[in-house]
Amino acid sequence: MPAAPFDYEAPATLADALDLLRERGEDARPLAGGQSLVPLLTLRLARPRLVVDLDRLHELRAVRRTPGALEVGALVRHRALERGEGLLALCPLLQEAAALIGNARVRALGTVGGSVAHADPAAELPAVLRALDGAVVLRSARGERVVDAGDFFVGMLTTALAPGELLTAVRLPLPSPGAGFAVEEFSRRAGDFAVVAAVAVVELDGGAVARARVALAGVGPVPARLDRLEAALRGERLESGAIRRAVAERPLEIDPEGDIHASAEYRRHLAAVLTARALERAAEAAGRAIV
Amino acid sequence: MTELRIAFTLNGEPCEAQTAAHRTLLEVLRARGAVDVKEGCGEGVCGTCTVLLDGEPVSSCLVLAARAQGRDLMTVRGLGDAGAPHPLQSAFVAHGAAQCGFCTPGMLLTAYALLRDRPRASRAEIRRAIAGNLCRCTGYTKIIDAIAACAEGAARG
Ligand SMILES: Cc1cc2nc3c(=O)[nH]c(=O)nc-3n(C[C@H](O)[C@H](O)[C@H](O)COP(=O)(O)OP(=O)(O)OC[C@H]3O[C@@H](n4cnc5c(N)ncnc54)[C@H](O)[C@@H]3O)c2cc1C
Ligand code: FES
Ligand code: FES
Repeated sequence: MPAAPFDYEAPATLADALDLLRERGEDARPLAGGQSLVPLLTLRLARPRLVVDLDRLHELRAVRRTPGALEVGALVRHRALERGEGLLALCPLLQEAAALIGNARVRALGTVGGSVAHADPAAELPAVLRALDGAVVLRSARGERVVDAGDFFVGMLTTALAPGELLTAVRLPLPSPGAGFAVEEFSRRAGDFAVVAAVAVVELDGGAVARARVALAGVGPVPARLDRLEAALRGERLESGAIRRAVAERPLEIDPEGDIHASAEYRRHLAAVLTARALERAAEAAGRAIV
Repeated sequence: MTELRIAFTLNGEPCEAQTAAHRTLLEVLRARGAVDVKEGCGEGVCGTCTVLLDGEPVSSCLVLAARAQGRDLMTVRGLGDAGAPHPLQSAFVAHGAAQCGFCTPGMLLTAYALLRDRPRASRAEIRRAIAGNLCRCTGYTKIIDAIAACAEGAARG
């Protein structure tokens, strides 16, 4: 079905875009890669009066290194993450996660900012942002604020973005050198969204876990961190099976709901299996980095 | 409702089109006779609407026509025709890689972009590259055979 008609503007500067969004409030919808918004428009699930195309805002394509972190502009494409272009290579976790997103055509156009702002509960990049204790930079005509990933994702497809606000960048604290990471997911067919995805980051100290972090997608409305499991893993040595045992010993602190894609029980099962796999692979990678 | 005048190149020819801003590139291309671009799912899943936008395969059903302004577009007609087929097109014929043909334009463009970037692509890379192009007829094997036959050092595992 064709989309319902709308007005269209492609402002040349961020300031112009923010002015437009302030003037038109809830009537306006920003467009990044269009890989989630265009289907919403043609299915008429979204009917904005004005589409504000961000494509000309080159200032949102920058990748910067700040002390201890990487700041990735909202319009950086999944493809650039997947290829580890330029400074993005400093965070190889992004390569692994982005390679799992949709199909090659989605990755050619979809953007980091669009994925994080859209906040699909099964999306990889919001989980990566959570696993790395990242934050988002939000700008409106009134100014800028920085929101932690843990506060940004509010519910299914719902974030702390206010009308008139744009996500301009994501901030990813870089794990210590030698950290290992892994993304494990299960999807029904190549190119589908994951049913469940697990992102793990493990830092070792002398063969024992100094810090392990796990974020899950697909087990609730927002990406989940597994604080209790993470605490239990601290100090754990990496003899074979130790991680699997730690995961099996306690029920994961998640409360998934069943839907047409998978029952709650199946999601819970996948979460445990994928969490263990991701942690083991991340720990192995960290072990190799030390040797 | 915003009306736009857009200019782009289509298979090497300069083109102009008048369109309402809410139209997709797929709609605009087909309206001007580029019916070699097929509409399948309209949701970015099936790959029948694949075109090369500045050389990159994209789903034209998920691109607003406005985004074509100043860009270079290629459809399967730009690859070759019956008189002067591209080697990939000849290989698809030779291997029986098309049955109903609905997926074929998208498959060919995806394969073309793959072999341009990775001339020695393995069968595994070919499978991964066409994972976003659905075929309801062939079972994929003959499509993979045809593409593999065009890779340098053909038929590597
Ligand atoms: C077939 C298919 C399979 C897919 N599979 C996956 C998958 O496996 N994993 C996955 O994570 N994603 C998947 N996606 C979604 C894809 O990653 C999208 O690219 C992404 O979710 C949205 O990014 P975008 O740049 O295309 O944003 P758009 O579609 O342009 O926008 C999405 C939403 O975010 C808003 N928005 C965009 N940018 C900003 C900004 N800077 N500030 C504020 N609001 C903004 C828009 O207004 C809109 O509401 C898939 C998509 C398709 C079509
Ligand atoms: S019609 Fe565009 S991907 Fe299916
Ligand atoms: S040949 Fe019929 S869909 Fe592929």
